[in-house]
Amino acid sequence: MASLVIAEHNNQALNDATAKTVTAAAEISKPVHVLVAGENCKSVAEAAAKIAGVEKILLADNALYARMIAEAMETLILSVADKYDAILAPATTNGKNYLPRVAARLDVPQISEIIKVVSPDIFERPIYAGNAIQTVQAPAGKKVITVRATAFKASGDGGSATIETLAAASDPGLSKFDSEALSKSERPELASAKIVISGGRGLGSAENFKLIEKIADRLHAAVGASRAAVDAGYVPNDYQVGQTGKIVAPDLYLAIGISGAIQHLAGMKDSKVIAAINKDAESPIFQIADVGLVADLFQALPEMDQELAKRGY
Amino acid sequence: MKLLVPVKRVVDFNVKVRVKSDQSGVDLANVKMSMNPFDEIAVEEAVRLKEKGKASEVIAVSIGPAQAAETIRTALAMGADRGILVKTEGEVEPLAVAKILKAICDAEKPMLVITGKQAIDDDANQTGQMLAALLGWGQGTFAHSLELSETSAKISREIDGGLQTLDVKLPAVMTTDLRLNEPRYASLPNIMKAKKKPIEEKTPADYGVDAAPRLKVLKVTEPPTRGGGVKVKSVGELLDKLKEAGAI
Repeated sequence: MASLVIAEHNNQALNDATAKTVTAAAEISKPVHVLVAGENCKSVAEAAAKIAGVEKILLADNALYARMIAEAMETLILSVADKYDAILAPATTNGKNYLPRVAARLDVPQISEIIKVVSPDIFERPIYAGNAIQTVQAPAGKKVITVRATAFKASGDGGSATIETLAAASDPGLSKFDSEALSKSERPELASAKIVISGGRGLGSAENFKLIEKIADRLHAAVGASRAAVDAGYVPNDYQVGQTGKIVAPDLYLAIGISGAIQHLAGMKDSKVIAAINKDAESPIFQIADVGLVADLFQALPEMDQELAKRGY
Repeated sequence: MKLLVPVKRVVDFNVKVRVKSDQSGVDLANVKMSMNPFDEIAVEEAVRLKEKGKASEVIAVSIGPAQAAETIRTALAMGADRGILVKTEGEVEPLAVAKILKAICDAEKPMLVITGKQAIDDDANQTGQMLAALLGWGQGTFAHSLELSETSAKISREIDGGLQTLDVKLPAVMTTDLRLNEPRYASLPNIMKAKKKPIEEKTPADYGVDAAPRLKVLKVTEPPTRGGGVKVKSVGELLDKLKEAGAI
């Protein structure tokens, strides 16, 4: 039959986790269709139509989907579920929120956060914060899957999918959007940045995170944090990298004052290059870092700032 | 208003699990087990609502082996009123858990189910959402704060870009994120008191649910390990290495 990928976007821009999920979908069942549900999101549908390997875009443009409220997404996806043998969403906070509802209503188990498609019905997924990898086989029938986007290459440009309008499904009327408080940042998005600099409890205060931000600005990097730094209130929760925060796999992950608890490593150990600065030489972070420097971060960070300036960053 | 709090017995979060050499799973023999940390936050939130007079009763439910009774006792020591243990053998997938919980909700008629957003063993992040869908209820996942009224729950949620606040009609399901609260330690008198609180024992069959797994686990393996790196002596040398690797 076909597979359906639910697009991740903010009504203006398509999130690149979508093109990565398309890659996984194409390994399971072709052709691949993409559902863009949102409000005034035609430009998102046009961007999704250009993803290579996508045959058709279903565009559900309605105020009901402006915030991808889970109950409304459930009824919308169920309205087309018949036509697909696999339904996939990126494992973003949106995908994790609505997709299990779809699986439950279809009476199929959801396979969460796959990192590899072994065959169209066999998948690898991390368990225990990535300390073990489980290979599971789905039963016959529909597959409902969330995809860890960092584990897949984005499907490239060059597609020319047709865009079809999909009528809104009924409004379940169970939840109403009240308000939103999004972190504003000029820096790249944490989940897709090429370089991520994260701080841990070693930073000691919210004020000291400015040391990290300065370096981030020189390297055009996103700023992340360990759970310890979030718990201590140094930075907001959406900075959190780890088992229960964001999963990142940038070209460079710079861990500053982070000891390297397994829950944190779960969120960043697939980064291409890992560098760490910590004053404790015994920190577990050094066991996985490609480059480690045992130093006091309050000396090392200002020095790094100067050194980068000298080198023209 | 009744609150239902599903809690799961999992490997303690401080334990680094080992994969069994026959690749059949992870080694759980002689490993410390605890309540799933997100479920502890759920129990704490429910108990606080009761203490504030917003809830009349807190029921802790666990689906798992006989030892999951200890997990329920922990919830009772934190302040839950009574427990329901649904005894199972082997793995129970989120969908089967959600079906059992639905049957319990049909019988107990709670106005709010509060549970952890994910269990730290299977990292599935499904049960709360599936339960809400099966019941036809609204949901507030990854909760950061909660304001409860008689008819609705204002739930602020941790989302990728920040926080989103929803007004969810009751009855509803809420799943907890880390910053919702800091769970208490049960005091000794409360631990003693908890021993006298009732725990009802059930089986999935009592609820007409087939708890057999649908997914077939073919193997469980170690993740690829990263080779040990180098230690450098200075910031300059660190940047040189990163430049060499093409990382900056």
